[in-house]
Amino acid sequence: MKLKTPLTQKDIESLKSGDKVKLSGIIYTARDAAHAKLIELINQKKELPIPLEGQVIYYVGPAPAKPGEVIGAAGPTTSYRMDPYTPQLFKKGLKAVIGKGQRSKKVKKSMIKNKSIYLGAVGGAGALLAKCIKSSEIVAYPELGAEAIRKLEVVDMPLIVINDIYGNDIYEQE
Amino acid sequence: MRTIEAKTISEKICEMAKDANYNLNSEMINSFKIAREKEDSDLAKEILSQLIENAEIASDDQIPICQDTGFGVVFLEIGNDVHIKGDIYKAVNEGIRRGYKEGYLRKSIVEDPIKRINTNDNTPAVIHTKFVSGDKLKITFAPKGGGSENMSKIKMLKPADGVEGIKKFVIKTIKEAGANPCPPIIVGVGIGGTFEKVAYLAKKALIRDINDSHPDKHIANLEKELLTEINELGIGPQGFGGKTTALAVKIEKFPCHIASLPVAVNINCHANRHKEIII
Repeated sequence: MKLKTPLTQKDIESLKSGDKVKLSGIIYTARDAAHAKLIELINQKKELPIPLEGQVIYYVGPAPAKPGEVIGAAGPTTSYRMDPYTPQLFKKGLKAVIGKGQRSKKVKKSMIKNKSIYLGAVGGAGALLAKCIKSSEIVAYPELGAEAIRKLEVVDMPLIVINDIYGNDIYEQE
Repeated sequence: MRTIEAKTISEKICEMAKDANYNLNSEMINSFKIAREKEDSDLAKEILSQLIENAEIASDDQIPICQDTGFGVVFLEIGNDVHIKGDIYKAVNEGIRRGYKEGYLRKSIVEDPIKRINTNDNTPAVIHTKFVSGDKLKITFAPKGGGSENMSKIKMLKPADGVEGIKKFVIKTIKEAGANPCPPIIVGVGIGGTFEKVAYLAKKALIRDINDSHPDKHIANLEKELLTEINELGIGPQGFGGKTTALAVKIEKFPCHIASLPVAVNINCHANRHKEIII
């Protein structure tokens, strides 16, 4: 199924755990250090450097781009490290996150409550996934290097729905 | 006495850093193909196909297989008749510094585990040295990703726990790791020694040839039994279910104290990156 960002409520409702999707549009990158900074801003009721409503965050710290390339290898990092932060971002309107590996019970509950989903990309397929990225621009925290927040334009990024809004989890299916 | 210039070591490490990150070892690609034949699920087959395609793109374009280009773990086997002209540790780090810069590899090391400021050149390396007979220097470079390293565990078992206790601990570790370490994984197991030795053994096990078996029959059998039991867990490629959770189990052992039975499980992702050269 083809999917385009920003995601609508209808998009989210139509997706079930195990569905394969090809995602296109703008997505944002953030991993451990950037999440800590975003949450700090939310707690201080300050403006965020990126929009969250209907948006998608990809957990990735890409390798540097070679000259003439958009980006280096860019596969997903393990998601559980973002578990302490994710529910607050879903509450602020974030509709999907992309990563790999199981999420905590708290994150899964928060997906049902806020109608947000968790998508998986193939871990370790960084060269393949980089091919789907058509543009990359650092939009916040350049001092974090690989951990800076980037705005990416992706075309037909191959993903799989891990958790849907109905409480299903691909990792728990027999 | 044979002299090896420190700068030769830097040059070799620089090349190995790029090679290990761009070019997946052919035996790994073969093992993905064999696993794909065995899988029943379309999704498991598709993931293994993506891993094969990914390796082809990385090699053709000379870009990293994975964005996590790892902690530089270096094993040096230094012949007793070798004289290194210069500082061997500085030489290794210089090689990593250059390889990660020239190769557009990600810099993933923070200077202080609490303050967490990136060193920006992927140094320092973790360097293991061993003296051996002869006049050669063997260098193994094994960049280690954070995702699989984070799922690794160590436990000091009681001698009474025996082989069943070892198996139980290994299986529990793999089950808990689930999809996180990027299955299909390679499992390195250390048994014996002391607390620090057993972790080293587990790491050392990961750089063995994927198709070999331990020379001791009872350990080789344990490797086989563990592989079968791990694959019966059904975690599968990327944790989406399937027959291939692990591609290999490698065990290294060492004598241990009458009171102890240390066990360490070091997990590697499907890339299982390592390259070796002999100077």
